[in-house]
Order: sequence, then C-alpha cells, then structure tokens
Amino acid sequence: MSQGDETGTPSRMATDNRWYDLFSRGSRDWLRHNEKVRETVREELPNLISGSDVLSRPSDRTVQVPVRFLEHYRFRLRDDQEESETGVGQGDGQPGDVLRRAKPDEGEAGTEGGSGGGDLRFVLELKVDDIVDWIWEELELPDLKPKTTDALTDEDLIQEGWDKRGPRALLDRRRTVKESIKRRSVQEEAAPFSNEDLRFRQLARRQRPATNAVVCFLLDVSASMDESRRKLAKAFFFWAMQGLRRQYGEVETVFIAHTNQAWEFSEEEFFQVSATGGTVASSGFQLALEIFQDRYDPGQFNEYLFYASDGDNFGDDRRSAEALLARHGELVNFMGFVETPQNPLEASKSEMGRLFKALAARDYSVGSYTVHEESDIWEAIRRFFQHQAEEAA
Amino acid sequence: MAFGPDAPTSNADLAEYTPKLEALAQDLGLDFYSVDFEVVPPSFMMEVAVYGLPVRMPHWSFGVRYIYQYIQHRMGHSKIFEVVFPGNPNRAYLVNNNSLPENTLVTAHVLGHADFSKNNELFARMQSQVGYHIVEQAAERAHRIEEAIADHGQKRVEAVLDAALALEQNVDVNFPVNRERFPERIEPHGSGEKERQGPFQDRFQDLPGEGSELDTGPRETGRAPIPPRPEYDLLWFIAHYAPDLEGWEQDIFLSVREESFYFYPVFACQIMNEGWASYWHARLLREAEFIPQQLYLDAIKAHSDVVRPYAGESAVALSMNPYHVGFHMWERIIERQGLDTALQLRAEEDDFSFIRNWLDEELAEDLQLFTYTTRKGRGGEEQFVVQDRDINELREAILHPKFNYGAPRVAVEEMATDGSLLLSHDYETDGRGLDLDRARKVLDYIHRVWRRPVRLRTIDAKGKDQLLEKE
Repeated sequence: MSQGDETGTPSRMATDNRWYDLFSRGSRDWLRHNEKVRETVREELPNLISGSDVLSRPSDRTVQVPVRFLEHYRFRLRDDQEESETGVGQGDGQPGDVLRRAKPDEGEAGTEGGSGGGDLRFVLELKVDDIVDWIWEELELPDLKPKTTDALTDEDLIQEGWDKRGPRALLDRRRTVKESIKRRSVQEEAAPFSNEDLRFRQLARRQRPATNAVVCFLLDVSASMDESRRKLAKAFFFWAMQGLRRQYGEVETVFIAHTNQAWEFSEEEFFQVSATGGTVASSGFQLALEIFQDRYDPGQFNEYLFYASDGDNFGDDRRSAEALLARHGELVNFMGFVETPQNPLEASKSEMGRLFKALAARDYSVGSYTVHEESDIWEAIRRFFQHQAEEAA
Repeated sequence: MAFGPDAPTSNADLAEYTPKLEALAQDLGLDFYSVDFEVVPPSFMMEVAVYGLPVRMPHWSFGVRYIYQYIQHRMGHSKIFEVVFPGNPNRAYLVNNNSLPENTLVTAHVLGHADFSKNNELFARMQSQVGYHIVEQAAERAHRIEEAIADHGQKRVEAVLDAALALEQNVDVNFPVNRERFPERIEPHGSGEKERQGPFQDRFQDLPGEGSELDTGPRETGRAPIPPRPEYDLLWFIAHYAPDLEGWEQDIFLSVREESFYFYPVFACQIMNEGWASYWHARLLREAEFIPQQLYLDAIKAHSDVVRPYAGESAVALSMNPYHVGFHMWERIIERQGLDTALQLRAEEDDFSFIRNWLDEELAEDLQLFTYTTRKGRGGEEQFVVQDRDINELREAILHPKFNYGAPRVAVEEMATDGSLLLSHDYETDGRGLDLDRARKVLDYIHRVWRRPVRLRTIDAKGKDQLLEKE
C-alpha cells in the first residue's frame, strides 16, 4: 500500500532548530494591540482626563487606566435572551439534571472577571507626560515660556573670554600651555613659560530668566464642599499642575485648606481633609500670602495661586478677601479660581465668582473656571492652557 | 538512559522510531505523503497554534489570541502536543519539552492525520486548489504583506486586514478558489451557444415538478445584475468588485481567502480527523514491537488523557471532546464494518455525514452524550438542563456550530450602479438576527475597503427588519 513513489523522500525528523527560539511574532502583535489601545485611549482623552478615577498621586507621574482587550469584530448571531441555547455535553447527566458551571480557577494572573475570554482586562499605565503631550497636540498649543515681562531673573556668573591678569584661582591652564607652545614655536631657546603666556578666565554677571515656580493650591473645605466637589477640584489641580510642570524646571507646591481658619497640609493629607465651620476665604489668602513672602523670593519664583470653592464666602469677609486677592494679583503670575457651584446656573454670580470677575476687570491675570461635573474638567483645563499659551505668546 | 513521563524527549530515539512507525502504518493500510517533522520549543509551538500557521501575516488580533494562549499555558490549562499541516510533504511540529513517550505517540498520531488528509476528498479537493506547500505559501504571503506595510504604512494595511480577517469564514467553499467574474452583460436567452452546465445541471433541468430556476432570468440583453444571485463569498466578492480596491489590497483579501479555504477541511472534518488520528496512534503503538514496554505504557497513559471525555476529577462536561467521540466511532466502525469500509468512509465523508450516518443511539449512550439547554437560575446564574437523549437532536446539536464555517450566513444582495453595497443576512436559516453592535463594527471594517456606502439587512430581537448603514 505504500505510496512512497509519489513522495520520493522518506519522512524526516528534524530536532535541532534552535533558531525557532527567536520567533516572537506573538509578542510583536501583542505590542501592536497595546499600541492600538493607546491610540484608542488617546482618542478618548477628554473622557479620560475628566474621569477623576484616573488620578493617582501627582508625584507618581503615571496614571493607570483599566482597559479591555480590543475585540476584532466578526459577524455573530445575537445572544438569545428569551430562548435558551442548546449545546452538547458528555458525562453522567440524566435528563432533567440541572448543572452549573464549575467555579473558574482561582488566581488567574493578571486577569479579572472570568466568564469567557471576552472579559479579560488589563491595566494600561500611561505616562502623565505623554498625556500632557497629547493634550498639547490636541489643543495645538505652543510651548509655554516663563514669563519674561516681569524680568524675574536669577543672577549667574558666566565665563566670557580671557584676560592676561587675574586671580590665581581663575588660571586657565590649558589655554596658558597653548599660548606657551605658540610662543616657543617662533622663539629659539625659549623658556617653557613666561608671564606673557598666562591666561585667566573672565567672569561676567549675567541675568537669566528664572525657571522656578511655586504653585499654591487653596481649597475651601467647609461643609458645603462635599466629596464629589473636592474630586473635581483635585482633578483640575492635577492637570493644571502637569501643565505648569512642562513650563518650569522646578515647581514647588503649597497646599492650604481653609474654613474660617486656614492650615497648610502635605500633599497626601490635603485631599483627605475635611472640617466643619464657616467659609472665610481671606484666612486662606492671608496664609498663602505669608507663605509666599516667607519662603519664596518673588525675584526667584514664578508664583501661581489656584483657589477652589463652591463660591460661597461670608459677606463680612468681602472687603478683606478682595484686598488680599488684589495684593496677590500684584505678586503672582496667575490666579485661577475653580468654582464647583451648588447650582451651575448661578456660577460666577456667587460671592467669590464676582470677586474674581472684578479682579479680571482690573487687568490682573485671572481665570475663572466652572466645573459642575466631570465632563466640564476638559473644557476648564483647555481654557486654562490656552490662556497660559496666549499670555506667553 | 531514562525515559518517563517527565524526561525530555531523546531526539535520537524519536528519529529512530519515526521510519519504523511509518513502515508499520503503511503495512496496516495507511497511505500518506511523507512528513517533515520538526521538534520545536514550546514558545514557537504556541505561536503556531495561535496563528494557525508557522509564519502568517501580522495582525493585532493574533496578539490578543497569543496572550490568551500564553495565560492558559502559564496556568497549565493547555498543553499543545502537535500541529500538522497537510501538504506534500506534510509538515508536523512537535514540542521539545514533551516526553519521549508523548512525542512517540504524537508521531503516530500525525501519521494518522497524514493519511486522512491525503485521502479525504474534501481535503484532497482543497489541497489540489490551494497547493501542497501551505507553510511556504503562507510565509510568502506574509512577506508580501510586510512589504505592503513598508510601502503603504501600517494603518492602511491594518484596515484591510481588519476587514479581510473579520470575514475569514464568510467564503463559499462550494466554488473553486479561482473563480471567474460574473458576466457583465446578459446574453439573450437561447441565442448563441448553450451554456455548458455539466451533467448534474442537465439532469436537474429535466427533473419533473419544480420549474427550472435557470429559465427565470431576464430575457433581454442588458447589464447583468451583480451579483446575479446572492453571493456568500464575501472575501471573493470584495476582492473583485470593490470599486477602488488597489492591487495590494486585493492581494491581501485573496491571501486571507486562500488560507481560509485551506483551513476549511480541518474545520469540517475535525471529529473524523482527530478520531482517525487517535485510533491510529493507539493501534500503531500497540502493534509496534520495536517500542519498549515502559515507553508503550507511558504513551498509552498520554493517550487516555487525550481521549477522555472530561477533565480531571469532573464526571461531566458541558462540551464534547472530538478526540474521544471520533476515536470511539472509528473503533466501532472498524470492529463492525471492517477496515476497508473505514478507509472508504475516511475518503468520502465529512463530519456532517459521519455524525448523521454513524453516531447511533447505542454509541451515544456508551459515550454518555447528552444535549442541554441553558436557562437563568434564580440568582441570574447560568444553569444547564440536561435534555432527553434524542439521537437526532443530539446529532444536530453537535453539527450546529459547524454550519457555514461556523459563521452567520451573510450574502451580497446587490451592488448598485453607484457602487454601494447591500448585504443581507439570511436570518431565516440562522434562526435569529445578527448581534447588531458587532455587525455595525464589521460594516465599518468593510466600508473602509469598499469606500462606498455599505448596508446590511438583518432583524432585531423583536423580529423587526433592521437596515444598518455606513455611508
């Protein structure tokens, strides 16, 4: 029965193909899948950044986004809700027996959910820098530059040229030897060094723009600022901070919470704080002012102040709040007011809203942003960045 | 030298057994093209299993399958024994960290597949159309696609592959791989040469009772409708009729289609083919005098793991193991009908006829096969109710997932003069409508290559007509 004549050669058993270890097409296509997920995430960016749950601590510099595997779609029949599906099983089942699916195995590494493969999820880690880059491209913003009109400057000693006289410490040996060689190449029986060879570095004082910034986040934590409002404020603070990080070499942060008094907190504690009490905004402005004056030389630092509240303030506090804000206005590069109003229709008609409006009218660099729900954050951030870009332009 | 279930394969021994097993198989009546065996690392094996071919076009969906497979593998849920590609020669891959008894068994198993694919008519028909060197051909196609990526960019190539691979099963294997385009114009009926229709159509025309379909077409000369009748080979139709398809895009569609034709017999004969290979690996090892006793025992242990109906400790499974069912069906056929009949059946049948003709009540009972229906329990959890063991229902339930390559029946209904495409879903045959969300996504894929409006008719959950559109 042998049909060897058709095949010619006998079967062959090859056992030594080590190069197969080098194949990695599965991984390559897996990476391509992940790249596509990133693209999808990027398209979903406005939704993504407004979802507060993407926020981790700003210092982490990455956010984790849980995503599903992409599905490659095919035609499929509709799942039947009413009619039951029919299948074939094998084993000791008698007509009428009711069976259940066995519990899926525990400990499926890296997976959540269990019923069928379609529920597999994984966590995509996105660099905050990448996200901010995407936002920049999305908004077609120019890169921000440190404000120069205020002539914020650091002084630096910069080397500029050489001199034949100078202190010993500034002797440039390499340059000196060069001079000596030049001289000896035209002199006969020349001494190795002469005073003429000496070269000293020249230093000049030059001013360079300051690239440091300090950002003060001020949050109203009185009873009316509930959990969801704080989340909104936090989301705005987070993204504003990321934008400023692109602009400055170093950004320091100050976190202040206030009711009718004000306290400074660490970043970790800041968003957990809750307190009862009335709303006296000037207490916060006062503390911010003191901290700016004590710790940050306005000649060295670009200063930013962000204030988030639901807009309420004690009527009695209006005069002092206004005065303090005006003083801040003189000092800082920018003041931002994030309003999370009780009633979105009343936004900017609130006590604080009116105050910031008045400041803007007086030509201070001020921005007001109303954030009522998560979807507003994208718009607020967009406006903030655009404002910054225009200022820089 | 030690071998046991866990000892790594000794290549020398395997190489020694292979020709002997082959000679034995031929003595017993098997007939096959030679097999190029390769023993490969498990990582490579996993890729072969995921891609269906050793080297295949890149696509992100394979990456997803790869990760599933990888997780399954790491969890110890899946062990791949072999992959064999029918051809001349056949190509078979074995895993280098499987034991010698396992790989000896697998070698015998592959010879069973090799016999099946050379002699089964469906396999033989497909092979003669798509060629006998699928591994090399697929690698060549993959290379062309890599070149297309270099020339046209990943995004554009991916869009074409998204569409083509999504329609992988929407081919019509009743037509040959190479098909003529439809006639552009209608010839007046009866004029000119009579169309050659072959003896079957001639006989069909003469049948009493129903009027002949072929007489009902328009009688005047004019533009012929495209397609003249609903066309189920979507890959072929798009490749040949998409208004602005470029050459390299058509090439991708036809590549995917050719591979789909190649895979069809494997799909349509799975129970027969796996059963046949399992029968022969058991028999070859039993009759192989040259195999040491201990190795035989270890190999048979592996055999029983492969052909058992359900996993581990469970006593019931909500699925059917084709190795188990096929193995026992062939064993019974050879026992009762003789080997010659079995050889004839392996040549002539596919799973549809095999199950309907040869899975009887007695066997179904012995194999403890049952049908079940699903329902929601009180807590909303899925429950499975075992049904009466009716043999006809059982057969149809086994075959149900195999109809139409396992895909819903979607046909091209019409290509309008403006180039727009109308697809229609044959929901009457399928019993219900399409999953609308997925259908929309697939329509998006198609639209990106068709580049004219695309519409799809199906029904929704209430049985109402639905027309999905992508302008």
